[in-house]
Amino acid sequence: MKSIILKTASNYLLPLLLLFAVFILFRGHYKPGGGFVGGLIASIAFVLHAFANGLQSTRKLLRYPPGAFIPTGLAISLLSGLAPMFAGKPFMSAEWLSIHIPIIGLLGTPLFFDIGVFFVVIGIALTILFTISETIL
Amino acid sequence: MTDRYLILPIIGHMFTAVLLIFFWRKVNTQRIISVLGSLAVMGLSVGLFIKTYRAGYLTMQAGNWQAPFGITFVADVFSSTMILLTGFTGLAVCVYSTVGISRQRIQYGFFPIFHFLLLGLNGAFLAGDIFNLYVWFEVIIISSFVLMTLGGRKPQVEGGIKYVTLNLLASVMFLTAIAILYGLTGSLNMADLSLKMSAIPNKGLVEITGLLFFIGFGIKSAVFPLYFWLPSSYHTPPSAIAAIFGGLLTKVGIYALIRVYTLIFVPDPFTKQVFLVIASLTLLTGAFGALTKRNMRMMFSYLIVCHIGFLLGGIGMYTRLALAGTVFYLVHDIIVKTNLFLVSGLIYKIRGTMNMDELGGMYEDYPRLSLLFSVVFFSLVGIPPLSGFWPKIYLFRETFTTGAWYLLAAMIIASLVTLYVMAKMWGDVFWKKGQEMENKLTDDFSGMNWKKRGMLITPVVFLAVLSLYIGFFAQRINVLSERIANDLLHPEPYIQAVLGADAVKTPQSE
Repeated sequence: MKSIILKTASNYLLPLLLLFAVFILFRGHYKPGGGFVGGLIASIAFVLHAFANGLQSTRKLLRYPPGAFIPTGLAISLLSGLAPMFAGKPFMSAEWLSIHIPIIGLLGTPLFFDIGVFFVVIGIALTILFTISETIL
Repeated sequence: MTDRYLILPIIGHMFTAVLLIFFWRKVNTQRIISVLGSLAVMGLSVGLFIKTYRAGYLTMQAGNWQAPFGITFVADVFSSTMILLTGFTGLAVCVYSTVGISRQRIQYGFFPIFHFLLLGLNGAFLAGDIFNLYVWFEVIIISSFVLMTLGGRKPQVEGGIKYVTLNLLASVMFLTAIAILYGLTGSLNMADLSLKMSAIPNKGLVEITGLLFFIGFGIKSAVFPLYFWLPSSYHTPPSAIAAIFGGLLTKVGIYALIRVYTLIFVPDPFTKQVFLVIASLTLLTGAFGALTKRNMRMMFSYLIVCHIGFLLGGIGMYTRLALAGTVFYLVHDIIVKTNLFLVSGLIYKIRGTMNMDELGGMYEDYPRLSLLFSVVFFSLVGIPPLSGFWPKIYLFRETFTTGAWYLLAAMIIASLVTLYVMAKMWGDVFWKKGQEMENKLTDDFSGMNWKKRGMLITPVVFLAVLSLYIGFFAQRINVLSERIANDLLHPEPYIQAVLGADAVKTPQSE
């Protein structure tokens, strides 16, 4: 799509949307938000960029093929579930560190689980959308 | 007894699958990782089985939330036996598929999905929460749908659509039944449900909910009126995939049915009657379907349907020995059915066809392989010292004590037809002279080196040895299945293991 307005806007919107996605990711667990929604917003950011600048430049921007995000995210989630088992708790117990970091909040295994979900959602959504737009164009 | 390691057979497959996705498109690495992963999970399953056999019941609360609210995983002897069988067949099929599955299919992600399927199966066996059971069933369906259509040939997609439509219908039934159950009791934990069910005044609604579960699980395990998706889809994917489907996928429905009908519902005479009639009809239609088919794998698919009738009949009679027979039959059937499809895959590799009219002369060309195959076939039929014979003693005996004559008749007819079709198949494929097939079809097998041949034959030998073990050491399986049947009919220790020791007494005192 050749539109100078969209192209210019998408350059500003991409970092803004990604920031918003990360904000939603950290907001989750006790308040509405979390990895799934955050991942969707982040993939929307990349799709918008792809609409404005073409698929190739978005792929270059991502550097890795979107499919590579899937196992990374799965591994992060799995490890965050396994971590409490080393502390003698059952699988997937929520283990919180007592350090409170501004913006992020409490550090704990649910946060890493959500980060994993975030990456899986980005990977799957982008793989599907890129494949569809490649076959259509 | 709580044990946080009981979830390891699930984690093992999850870990292997994630690792495999990292090596997407690297075929040889995937083969090695997958076999090692399956081997590790089999070791874990053996460990879990031994632990459970000693302790009786192991529980785990995932996320550390306590029982009626959290996600409970329970391993009793029944579920750990199923996990053990999944471990054995999973390893066999995994080794077989390193050669039996084409390079392209592996590049499209056969191995990760295969491990996700086994993950779902193990999860379903360990779930102590009915909604969690539903979720594991979804994991199984989604993975099996991908496996069934992997490669995207036209008959595969056609079979896949039938498969997925009927299975989604079953899932909707299952989910509706769960919703009603939750509305009635306000709980989803199976042990908690078991306690709360007796307090519900509206018995009619309870019975109907039970039958909804029966319809849901019935479709998934291919019982009488809605079995037709199975024969029209199981012959389309590669044999390794059909083997894991035929061995385990229908049996997980039976497992869930046994669980639900011993723990949550207790069948009243009407429900038992329904089970017995449907079991008889399943036996007969499956057997007659097998008679008409000339394609080996289609015939085997009908035999799966037929033999589900034995399992369902055992549940319908609902005595201790009948349930023991069902469990024994389950143990035998999982191993033999998996092996049957692996054997049909081997024959396909050798002859390039599954049509019995075109096959022939196997015994002449491969006498030792034929002998190996005959062990599998005779186990399936149940020639006395082999594994299929022993569970039938239980089942036949119990039809006398419960007076279910039509079930007895159906079982005898089904056994005879099984014997007949297997004998006819033996005659056609192995004894018939080979020269009849002038247009010699593709033979992938003789061109293979010994390593590849070994990868195809070892799993068949492994599973054949297991069925020989079941046959010749039947006493041990007897002890095991009678213990399981006893546990199933007395769920109080199960409830105590999940909810704590004083949980069982409270409803009576109120």
